[in-house]
Amino acid sequence: MNLNRSTLDLWVGAFVAMGIGAILFLALKVGNLVNWGSTPGYRLEARFDNIGGLKLRAPVKAAGVVVGRVERIKLDPATYQAVVTLKVDHGYEFTTDTIASILTSGLLGEVYIGLDPGGDPKMLADGTRLTKTQSAVILEKLIGQFLVDKAANTGGK
Amino acid sequence: MLSAVVTGLAESLRRLGSGAIAAIGRLGYAARFFVAVIYESPAAFARLHLTVREIYFSGVLSLIIILVSGLFVGMVLALQGYDVLQRYGADESLGVLVALSLVRELGPVVAGLLFASRAGSAITAEIGLMKATEQLSAMEMMAVDPLARVVAPRFWGGVISMPFLAALFSTLGVFGAYLVGVRLIGIDPGAFWGNMQAGVDFRFDIVNGVIKSAVFGTAVSLIAVFEGFDAKPTAEGVSSATTRTVVESSLAILALDFVLTVFMFRGLT
Repeated sequence: MNLNRSTLDLWVGAFVAMGIGAILFLALKVGNLVNWGSTPGYRLEARFDNIGGLKLRAPVKAAGVVVGRVERIKLDPATYQAVVTLKVDHGYEFTTDTIASILTSGLLGEVYIGLDPGGDPKMLADGTRLTKTQSAVILEKLIGQFLVDKAANTGGK
Repeated sequence: MLSAVVTGLAESLRRLGSGAIAAIGRLGYAARFFVAVIYESPAAFARLHLTVREIYFSGVLSLIIILVSGLFVGMVLALQGYDVLQRYGADESLGVLVALSLVRELGPVVAGLLFASRAGSAITAEIGLMKATEQLSAMEMMAVDPLARVVAPRFWGGVISMPFLAALFSTLGVFGAYLVGVRLIGIDPGAFWGNMQAGVDFRFDIVNGVIKSAVFGTAVSLIAVFEGFDAKPTAEGVSSATTRTVVESSLAILALDFVLTVFMFRGLT
């Protein structure tokens, strides 16, 4: 094909610029690069008896606002509790008596960790543990309990 | 009677064995060829316009098919996704569904398949025909290494083009989903983009998608230049080499996609 070199360079330059533009579009508009890296954040640890359907990178919310992500989930072999490491964005601080609970948004929605701050004047530092936690509500257990209660009530009458 | 059966069995066994040995030998030749292409690459990059020219042929000329396919794939995903999601009242998650499917899988894979049939086959046919018309031998006679002059620029042209093509495919797909989801069906644009941004992670989803497309680009380009270079120097040889390029590239993309997905995304669930 008869293309001189400057036309060729122009086309390839436009192509590469379009490609880089597409990657930037994906990073900024589709992805969350704006929130990524710019907020280093600090880590908190919480122990739960049962985490239900909590997954890695699940949101951590306070008053419905996303303030961080779940970074790591593992089982403590000594106590058989789930140890969840939360990464909270910088700029958000929570009192030492904050309650961490595992919640579900809606019936089928995503599982997230809700933080309810208390009134303590001291704030949680990096790497500390949230002492007050509330485990996930397991629907099957709840139904089982309800059935047992119902049976006990009707049996007593 | 019995001896005929035994001879027949031995014959088929022999054919199987020689076929396997030939296949392994070809694989070894391909690996040696890959190393040789990498080794000759600095010489090819010293004359950069050769590679730029190949980016034009495999990248710029593939743009139309990639952009149009991306747009339609995004629009179809939005229609089908909406149909299922609205049954569960989760139609506002359409943005995440479309963006994750495109960025993680469909962008790299479909763009790779289109690239293999649009650009890979052309590369094989070109190199194969150069071999058939003895242009490659002529270059060797003039002390020009065809690996540096012909093969390496085409290989790198494909490797460089592919991530850009995949990103453009995903971008047009998201745009198509926006057109159908927000403009046509009427999902709230704030929920569409907001859920998408909350659900798509830069490091895990977008960077992994770009890595995938770079791996596919390398695989397709390598298969294309190898099949062309290895083609029988006849019209029939070139045509069967072109067919092999498309078949082998498609299989390589799908198999590599599975392997990469296992490594990249298994830890998340």
